[in-house]
Amino acid sequence: MNRAERRGFGSRVFDIFNHTFLLVLGLSCIIPLIHLLALSFSDRAAATGGLVTLWPVRPTPITYEKVLEAGVFLNAFWISVIRTAVGTTLQMILIVLISFPLSKSKEEMPFRNIIMGSVVFAYLFNGGLIPWFLVIRKLGMLNTIWALIIPQALPLWNVILMMNFFRRVPKELEEASIIDGATYWQILLHVYLPISVPALATLTLFGAVGHWNAWFDGMILIADRDLIPLQTFLRTVVVKMDMNEFMRNPEDFDMFSDRSLRAAQTLVTVVPILVVYPFLQRYFVSGITLGALKG
Amino acid sequence: MQVLAPVIDDLKEQASRFVRYLPRLWPLYVMVIPALIHLVLLSYYPMYGIRIAFQDYKPALGFAKSPWVGLKQFQLMLENPSFWQIFRNTIVIATSKIVTLQFCAVVLALLLNEVRKLFYKRSVQSLVYLPYFLSWIVLGGIMLEMLGSAGVVNQLLQRAGVEQPIIFLGNNRTFVPTLVASHLWQQVGWATILYLAALTSIDPQLLEAAAIDGAGRFQRVLYIILPGVLPTLLLVLCLDFGLLFNAAGFDQVLNLYNPAVYSTGDILDTWIYREGLLGARFSLATAVGLVRSVLGLILIVVSLRLISRFTDYQVY
Repeated sequence: MNRAERRGFGSRVFDIFNHTFLLVLGLSCIIPLIHLLALSFSDRAAATGGLVTLWPVRPTPITYEKVLEAGVFLNAFWISVIRTAVGTTLQMILIVLISFPLSKSKEEMPFRNIIMGSVVFAYLFNGGLIPWFLVIRKLGMLNTIWALIIPQALPLWNVILMMNFFRRVPKELEEASIIDGATYWQILLHVYLPISVPALATLTLFGAVGHWNAWFDGMILIADRDLIPLQTFLRTVVVKMDMNEFMRNPEDFDMFSDRSLRAAQTLVTVVPILVVYPFLQRYFVSGITLGALKG
Repeated sequence: MQVLAPVIDDLKEQASRFVRYLPRLWPLYVMVIPALIHLVLLSYYPMYGIRIAFQDYKPALGFAKSPWVGLKQFQLMLENPSFWQIFRNTIVIATSKIVTLQFCAVVLALLLNEVRKLFYKRSVQSLVYLPYFLSWIVLGGIMLEMLGSAGVVNQLLQRAGVEQPIIFLGNNRTFVPTLVASHLWQQVGWATILYLAALTSIDPQLLEAAAIDGAGRFQRVLYIILPGVLPTLLLVLCLDFGLLFNAAGFDQVLNLYNPAVYSTGDILDTWIYREGLLGARFSLATAVGLVRSVLGLILIVVSLRLISRFTDYQVY
């Protein structure tokens, strides 16, 4: 708005309230994590006595030592790293491979609309949890790492987003390469992919966050302790409050509280998200508006 | 058959072009194969599995051979008083979440829009977007820790003079409000993005003209900026209600609820998981799931129709 405008008293009061309110709201989003951080470093008496707010009381790193010593936590972390890396890669391959042909018109690619229709219908309607589970069991994926990777490999909404992005690539670019005798493989690889880097980055980041945060599949499809992903393991600890994994030395709990131990594990789980968060921020506006434009 | 004739002609015509141009087009069809296999095995095969809603499913007999029982499962479902309760809970929770979230998101977008210091605005945005990226395991863990009877929230309330600790997640009066509030907290920042995008497309000249004509700051918000975000708000509300059954929030409820709050907090998805998968009542839970899927399909189709009728927004 124009700078020359004189601002009244009411307007200035509003600005003060507005800035304060937004500051409080913003802080409310980070304070729970800071509280957890303080709790995770505090000693037993302080944590159980409810003395901890935002600063550790009699700080000790022992909870983190215990978490990192516990083989099952590290193993779950590792499983999550694998599923995120392999799962996201597979997702992106499938998404790109199907959205490129679907971005063609029916005139260019016969039967395109039938394939598109089957994608859209599967997006809008599904068999529900029980048949889905029974199919995965029947396909023999239960209790294998593939149960964490294959079922998630084709996020249909992302296919629709990517297709809409490909559709906005100028046709002239493609026509020029067709005249030069390029095949569709070459067009995808040398024309479409290079100019879709922002969209690819967006979907990759969101796919990776989705994989890292997934827990339900690990809970119902995996029984083997060595294949449990991190979020599923964390659920047994922080939601089910099951501390058995750490009970081999019960005397440990003289030094720290189970609350501190839960807080430490929660924070370690969040760290990878915090690491990619700056990159996410760069892309997520484009991510949410990617599909919002007319196709 | 008369009606189908043009469709069949169209298919024949496509087939002839398919054969003629296959030497050049074949890569397109090869590219589609992996995703189609996935679609058939993990989307359409489960849809075929819906038949067990009309059977008495026996794991040993599978989808194909389990005995048919007609509509018995649906009858069981309708006779079960808890079905109506979870149905009501689902709608109450989903509606409260949608309305609260979008209302607050519009207000927050307007407030952010009034901040002129770009750095300040950006910093606030960075903070409020963060919870969206945390899983409901992490958020649930945080809430169970902080909202418990010995948690920091009750400690602070006690110091402020509240005598009885409030068991936010353990009683039916506070459970749903706590769900709605925590969902709001997680999503409100993220939900402002579309509104902020809509705000950037408001013509600054309109605002200047209004200022010259003597419109105060509040009046400009009321008469120019708010009408500017209204179409986006209607679009988002329409889509959200189209996805009503997802909006109840399985992830959140499953990690926060407990038997004490089943009467207000149990929703269709949690019930299907608990009774169907844990309780191994596969056929009954599939019947409930089918009702959910069909109603969900109707809702989303109606909402997409409405959207394409009133805007030029097209999803596919």
